[in-house]
Amino acid sequence: MYPSRHEAFLIGEAMTGGYADGPDILHSCTVAVNSGEIAVIVGPNGAGKSTAMKALFGMLSLREGAVILDGEDISALPPQERVSKGMGFVPQTANIFPSLTVRENLEMGGFSRDDDIHDTMEQVYGLFPVLREKQKQQAGELSGGQRQQVALARAMMTQPKVLLLDEPTAGVSPIVMKEILGRIIEVADTGIPVIIVEQNARQALEIADQGFVLVQGRNEYTGTGKELLTNKDVLQAFLGG
Amino acid sequence: MIVTTGVIQSWNSALLILNMGLVSAIMSLGLNLQWGLAGLFNVGVMGFVALGGLATVLIAMPATPTAWGAGGARIVIALLFASVVIAAVIGVYKRMPNSTTRFVVMLALLLIGVIIYRAILDPAVATVEAINPALAGYIGGLNLPVLVAWPVGGVLAACAAWLIGKTALGLRSDYLAIGTLGIAEIIIAVLKHEDWLARGVKNVIGIPRPVPYEIDLQQDANFLARATDLGIDPTIASSLFVKLNYAILFAVVLLTLFIMAQLALNSPWGRMMRAIRDNEVTAAAMGKDVTARHLQVFVLGSAICGIAGAMMTTLDGQLTPASYQPLRFTFLVWVMVILGGSGNNLGAVLGGFFIWFFWVQVEPIGLLLIEFATIGLADESWFKQHLLASAAYMRLFTMGLILLLVLRFWPRGLIPGR
Amino acid sequence: MGEIDIANAFVVLANFVLIPSISYGSQLALGALGITLVYGILRFSNFAHGDTMAFGAMITMLCTWWLQHQGIHLGPLPTALIALPIGIIACVALLLAIDRSVYRFYRTRRAKPVILVIVSMGVMFVMNGLVRFVVGPGDQRFADGERFVISAREFRDLTGLQEGLAFRTSQGITILTAIIVVIALFWFLNKTKTGKSMRAYSDNEDLALLSGINPNRVVTYTWILVAILATVAGALYGLDKSFKPFTYFQLLLPIFAAAVVGGLGNPLGAIAGGYLIAFSEVTITYAWKKVLGYLVPWWEPTGIVQFISTDYKFAISFSILLIALLFRPTGLFRGKAY
Repeated sequence: MYPSRHEAFLIGEAMTGGYADGPDILHSCTVAVNSGEIAVIVGPNGAGKSTAMKALFGMLSLREGAVILDGEDISALPPQERVSKGMGFVPQTANIFPSLTVRENLEMGGFSRDDDIHDTMEQVYGLFPVLREKQKQQAGELSGGQRQQVALARAMMTQPKVLLLDEPTAGVSPIVMKEILGRIIEVADTGIPVIIVEQNARQALEIADQGFVLVQGRNEYTGTGKELLTNKDVLQAFLGG
Repeated sequence: MIVTTGVIQSWNSALLILNMGLVSAIMSLGLNLQWGLAGLFNVGVMGFVALGGLATVLIAMPATPTAWGAGGARIVIALLFASVVIAAVIGVYKRMPNSTTRFVVMLALLLIGVIIYRAILDPAVATVEAINPALAGYIGGLNLPVLVAWPVGGVLAACAAWLIGKTALGLRSDYLAIGTLGIAEIIIAVLKHEDWLARGVKNVIGIPRPVPYEIDLQQDANFLARATDLGIDPTIASSLFVKLNYAILFAVVLLTLFIMAQLALNSPWGRMMRAIRDNEVTAAAMGKDVTARHLQVFVLGSAICGIAGAMMTTLDGQLTPASYQPLRFTFLVWVMVILGGSGNNLGAVLGGFFIWFFWVQVEPIGLLLIEFATIGLADESWFKQHLLASAAYMRLFTMGLILLLVLRFWPRGLIPGR
Repeated sequence: MGEIDIANAFVVLANFVLIPSISYGSQLALGALGITLVYGILRFSNFAHGDTMAFGAMITMLCTWWLQHQGIHLGPLPTALIALPIGIIACVALLLAIDRSVYRFYRTRRAKPVILVIVSMGVMFVMNGLVRFVVGPGDQRFADGERFVISAREFRDLTGLQEGLAFRTSQGITILTAIIVVIALFWFLNKTKTGKSMRAYSDNEDLALLSGINPNRVVTYTWILVAILATVAGALYGLDKSFKPFTYFQLLLPIFAAAVVGGLGNPLGAIAGGYLIAFSEVTITYAWKKVLGYLVPWWEPTGIVQFISTDYKFAISFSILLIALLFRPTGLFRGKAY
């Protein structure tokens, strides 16, 4: 039932480690996503969800375990090189350039590309129509939900092979949350695998192909979204029955 | 080091360096209190030093009686009026709701206030400045012993510091820096241009001394006898004696302030200050009034700079506003503190001595170096002439270099603080 | 009070207030732009900026002298315009060298901004010494060419008004150059990929890194822009008034005030701040007697109707700074608060 490195597109396998010289936060923790799927990491506060995602992205050093992207071991690469390997990361906060226009935000997303970015931009505008309307506005002036879309769109501009989203629905209203999750499904439908760390476990698991429940840096439950939503223990412990 | 100077150059210049070194050490102690203990970024040391200098004039010089009769009262009224206007503006600021109206009212009050203030002040200033302009032309002082001016200088500086601290503390650190830079420039501008106060750029000379005069010593039979006993030329002996007296006085002040600073550093108050410096957010969350504490330490540190300023003017015997240069009186003190080790009082004192010594000695050393480097060039060569004439600016360069090198390779300074 | 009086009053006003403050404001704006760029991208208040201006102006001046010596002139325009690019190149070289040898070390360890400010104080000392070592502390002039675009006498003859309006070449050049430089700067920041990446870096450093923006490139471009702005501002100021190392240090206060009032880190704000400071300084220190004489002929003021004497012009930038800090610490245009 654990995903294996042969089938998953991106896998952080048996990761153990923490920040700098601090204590280990992750203990042999595994998270992964298959091609074209959505994987969701949920769990109580302080379970190491965001840490697991940062580990995937190379923002903390692993003592044990490995990160494998499309069959290649990238454990030793710094975050920026992982970006050029095709990982798109959307941080939880400070994930846009507020004084730049929406369009400029997208351009910055495609900064390191040498090819024509206009096709990608059209595609992104297709996914997020509201951004086309507001393309000349400063991103910092938009509403919370629209900013999250800018953040997602910026990451899309790098033409990522896989997207990592850190709590994309934090601090938005339930309606906006629904919309954002809807957009994420659309993004995944374009063929990009997505890993999401989520506070709103139930809603997130509803769209998840694969779900990981972490507790204290360990895998507590792993399964498809449906399995986890129907699992009595998970329901009781994390989803409020 | 200073002893070496005594041997190589002369004991006279050695004592001169020692005296200014003592004063520098006090300034550096004051700044260290602000920066090292509280992390406050004060680049207005010059202003507080100059205020101390002003204090010596206001306290120790004889009053100009006719001046007081002619315009003194009017000047006092004008200054009182100015404070009323400022109080009114602050009142408006506090009472009225935040609006454009409030802003306009404040601006109008200020402008009208300035016009009336000038109307009261200007005639008085004109009469005062007309009185014997070659020698007086200002209101003079209180004719008190000059030693009184030292604490008064501290109080003056403290008042100015309170004003600037009240507005700029609590904002970002760069803002305090720019604010203090500005207040220092303004204080110097006042000293330079308000001739009725301290004769402006015409300088006040002959400020009474706390120690005997050389001339008197040279006519004192006892002193002459002593000098002959020691086998020193009476002129040199008198000059040395005077400087030694200053040195002792200054050393006493430095020691007192040092002990106080040391006690403060190790007191619960000092521990709290350091806690605030290291983590403002936590300290604030623990219920410490960070801004009020900062104001305290800022005022204290500035007062120390004011005392040092009064001492320096006393040593010089004259107030020359044009000689106050920010590079010399603000940024040099910073080099002293950084070299000494921010947060350590002993370090600050040592830094004061070291840097002052170098400041004085870099010029002759630089001159020597250039002489040596250009030995192949003809004496009348344009290039050599230019280099020799410019040697004086080597010391700015050297000080900058010292600061940069210390920050890079020795960021904790001579004696690291806690 | 007839129309002629109003015209005369306006001419006096333009002559003594409007033109001087626009040209002074342009110089301040260029200076403040340099401060604000360093603040926005490198994230510290650069105390060495006044002396950077002095250095750029000095090289321009030396080069101008050399050109004059060679008999090269620009006709009615000041020779300094030919020398300006050399000044800029020298200033770029100096700033990049200083960045590599000094600032970069602290940047890579992500030192606190206040440490960088102290470092910039050290740089200020070094530059100060350097400039004085080369040209000494004295007052120097290097303006040449036609002195006036239009002189007071010509203006009187032309209009038949009682008052003259003198428009100096240096003022004209200042205003024109400032406009060109500012347009070029904004074009660069808003339209080019590098310019946009600089703004992005200023907005959100971490995200800029994630987007593949090379920080070293951004920093290099920043220093190049700062050197251009500082040299142009310094040379224009020197042309308009005179070159004296210490005045450049003193310019630090109005320039900082302009940058803070406009909103630190915001280029548009720096320009607005520059003109605001200049206008306030000139208006408040101007003797209004003559203008009032035309507008309110029945009132004969006793003094020269001046709010504050020019000796205290620093007090004005300082007061504006304080007012801005009290009422709107983020500035007129929202700046950045780190």
